[in-house]
Amino acid sequence: MSDTWVILGATSAMARAFAQALAAEGAALVLTGRDTADMQATAADCEIRGADGVKVMRFDARAPETFAPILSDYEGRTGSLNVAVFVGSMPQQSQIDEDPGLLDGVIQDSFTGPARFLQTIAPMMEARGEGAIVGVGSVAGDRGRIGNYVYGSAKAGFHTYLSGLRNRMGRTGIHVMTVKPGFVDTAMTWGIEGMFLVASPQDVARDILKGLKKQRNVLYTPWFWIIIMTIIRTIPERIFKKLSV
Amino acid sequence: MTWKIDSAHGWGRVLASEGRFARPERASHLKSLMAEAPCPAVGGLRSYGDAALNSGGDAIRMERMNRLASFDAETGVLEAEAGITISELLKVFAPRGWMPAVVPGTGFATLGGCIANDVHGKNHHEAGSFGQHVLSLRLIGPDGTARTISPKKSARLFAATIGGLGQTGIIESAKIQMLPCPALSMDVRERRMDSLAEFLAAFEASTADFSVGWVDATALGTDLGRGVLEEAAFTERASPFYKQAKSKRIPMDAPGFALSGPVVKLFNAGYFRRVPEAGRTRTRPLHDFFFPLDRLHDWNRLYGKRGFHQFQCVLPEAGAAMALERMLKEIATSGLASPLVVLKKMGPGRAGPLSFPMEGYTLAVDFPNRPRVPALLNRLEEQTVAAGGRIYFAKDSLMRAEHVAQMYPELDAWCEAVAKADPEGAFETDLVRRLKLRGQS
Ligand SMILES: Cc1cc2nc3c(=O)[nH]c(=O)nc-3n(C[C@H](O)[C@H](O)[C@H](O)COP(=O)(O)OP(=O)(O)OC[C@H]3O[C@@H](n4cnc5c(N)ncnc54)[C@H](O)[C@@H]3O)c2cc1C
Ligand SMILES: NC(=O)c1ccc[n+]([C@@H]2O[C@H](COP(=O)([O-])OP(=O)(O)OC[C@H]3O[C@@H](n4cnc5c(N)ncnc54)[C@H](OP(=O)(O)O)[C@@H]3O)[C@@H](O)[C@H]2O)c1
Repeated sequence: MSDTWVILGATSAMARAFAQALAAEGAALVLTGRDTADMQATAADCEIRGADGVKVMRFDARAPETFAPILSDYEGRTGSLNVAVFVGSMPQQSQIDEDPGLLDGVIQDSFTGPARFLQTIAPMMEARGEGAIVGVGSVAGDRGRIGNYVYGSAKAGFHTYLSGLRNRMGRTGIHVMTVKPGFVDTAMTWGIEGMFLVASPQDVARDILKGLKKQRNVLYTPWFWIIIMTIIRTIPERIFKKLSV
Repeated sequence: MTWKIDSAHGWGRVLASEGRFARPERASHLKSLMAEAPCPAVGGLRSYGDAALNSGGDAIRMERMNRLASFDAETGVLEAEAGITISELLKVFAPRGWMPAVVPGTGFATLGGCIANDVHGKNHHEAGSFGQHVLSLRLIGPDGTARTISPKKSARLFAATIGGLGQTGIIESAKIQMLPCPALSMDVRERRMDSLAEFLAAFEASTADFSVGWVDATALGTDLGRGVLEEAAFTERASPFYKQAKSKRIPMDAPGFALSGPVVKLFNAGYFRRVPEAGRTRTRPLHDFFFPLDRLHDWNRLYGKRGFHQFQCVLPEAGAAMALERMLKEIATSGLASPLVVLKKMGPGRAGPLSFPMEGYTLAVDFPNRPRVPALLNRLEEQTVAAGGRIYFAKDSLMRAEHVAQMYPELDAWCEAVAKADPEGAFETDLVRRLKLRGQS
């Protein structure tokens, strides 16, 4: 029986690379997200690469009614079941400053939507007593900065949620891994200035798979971001508030 | 953001451009970009000159449009998005017994780029050009609509697209016929060739499916045209074991003297003698055999900041020996050539009016970008025209517009098809403007 992975936000380049890597290992995949046509294309690709069946389903973090069909599909499956969350949105902070109404959407996409989905699936996973959860957060959630603090706070909320979930799920043998990528070369960051040490989506996917094998709890990817973020976190607030890093 | 302001350069790093780049990851985005403001496609940027550059304009980077769409394990027919690289295709399909029928010397070239230059490989004399294995393709025109074309459906547009330098539209995906790939490695037989005459005779006598020659372009006199002939076939030995070689990066631009005349002469002599007098046969993994340079990432930086030129011509069989001798003499006397020199026998296979291949011999020589190089390349260009040959657009950055029609006699037919497909010139690139390929306007 092959492992099944449910991927939320399957249209992200990072999720695509992750799905392709799993496909090559022969996993069964459920790709979920908003753009069904694009997910069909990824599904065809993954089938050819060796996936043991790929299903495409709608998932909208802002529309909880889309959760139920995914959950019932999940219930019908056997073997090890796993979930990976790549959902998130990052409008420019200046846009949110202009239109504060955008804030709720960012929180829903990057935190509360995925959290609510995980909250619902958690007891099903506990009942099976096996499987893993991967939640993609961001180094942006480690400290609020002038450039993207709404997105950062959504990710911080998601990190805290995942840490609590890890605490709970560990008791039934389910591993929860928080992934904190640094800069990754995807559609989200294309054309943004001031990026450095940019990783490819394939690098991130490889790190996630390795992290899972080692049962890492919190994974910075690429690894050196743990150093950068440790430094950034230790800057005293009275100095940090004057910086624009 | 949709657009990134950035610069790009050809592989030779002599020609560069600045402009806006979009990099769609999904078909709907690509189509909406094209409907709004159509512009040329960029593949892996492995063309040496300005084929993929559009100074001051927009361009669409295709590298993320790279998914497999369908595959028939019985027939080896594959459909994929055009941004997928050749090395990815080899990696995924070789273990299942299939490979792209034509494989250029770099795995970083994309499916779309290989079609747009109708590339050739080490089996050209057997398998023909890349475009001859394209069954159909999805082409997005300047109005943003995509249609499927093939040798049966819109045959003229299809032919003009193969080797068409992206001028008919953006290739979104293509269906290709792959070739059986019976092994994951090749038995490569190497033999020293002591002179040009011996080299050409060996090419004529060769029965190998894959063959390519390296020439010492510093050798003169009786050594003129000496080199090493490589002939290869899929191995029949049970899968040999290899240590996976790690790819390396070139961390900085090399200093100018690294490729000076005397250094190259010494290097070439050593490279020649590396093959024992009696020849040798080695078993190499496919990737190493097809893409010997790819393991050194960014090897183009070895030529330093000023970059380099490649001259690649093809000469018709009749008279090739004389023309090659003259060219090699000129090159060796100049003392400007780098060690990267390739000689290969070509078959007649080509698929579009602007395709490069012709039956005969192709010679490719890299030159560091030095002051005397453009004049030398001009002379080689004259000799190519005089011999009835042509220069490869994928490698060129110096050729002159007045020679194009002579080298590419089907230019008019191509222009006509292109004018119909893209009347406003939305897909023009720096190369097309430099060589006035689409007319004098
Ligand atoms: C080390 C090395 C070895 C090489 N060996 C060989 C060889 O053995 N044989 C050979 O024939 N060539 C060889 N080449 C040249 C190379 O194969 C060609 O230049 C090829 O076209 C590069 O593909 P690319 O994806 O990088 O295209 P680019 O260089 O990015 O673009 C080339 C052209 O294709 C067009 N194009 C790209 N994608 C699309 C698309 N999706 N739709 C429409 N147009 C598109 C561009 O507009 C441009 O006109 C070699 C190059 C290198 C660097
Ligand atoms: N790129 C970076 O530098 C970076 C760094 C750190 C963390 N991250 C995180 O990595 C993850 C992947 O991002 P990416 O860089 O690959 O960018 P991306 O392409 O923008 O991916 C974001 C994904 O979230 C989905 N999404 C957004 N809102 C949604 C909603 N309401 N319902 C369902 N799906 C929704 C998107 O789907 P649609 O296609 O439907 O929009 C898309 O699949 C995100 O969580 C991001 O925050 C990225």
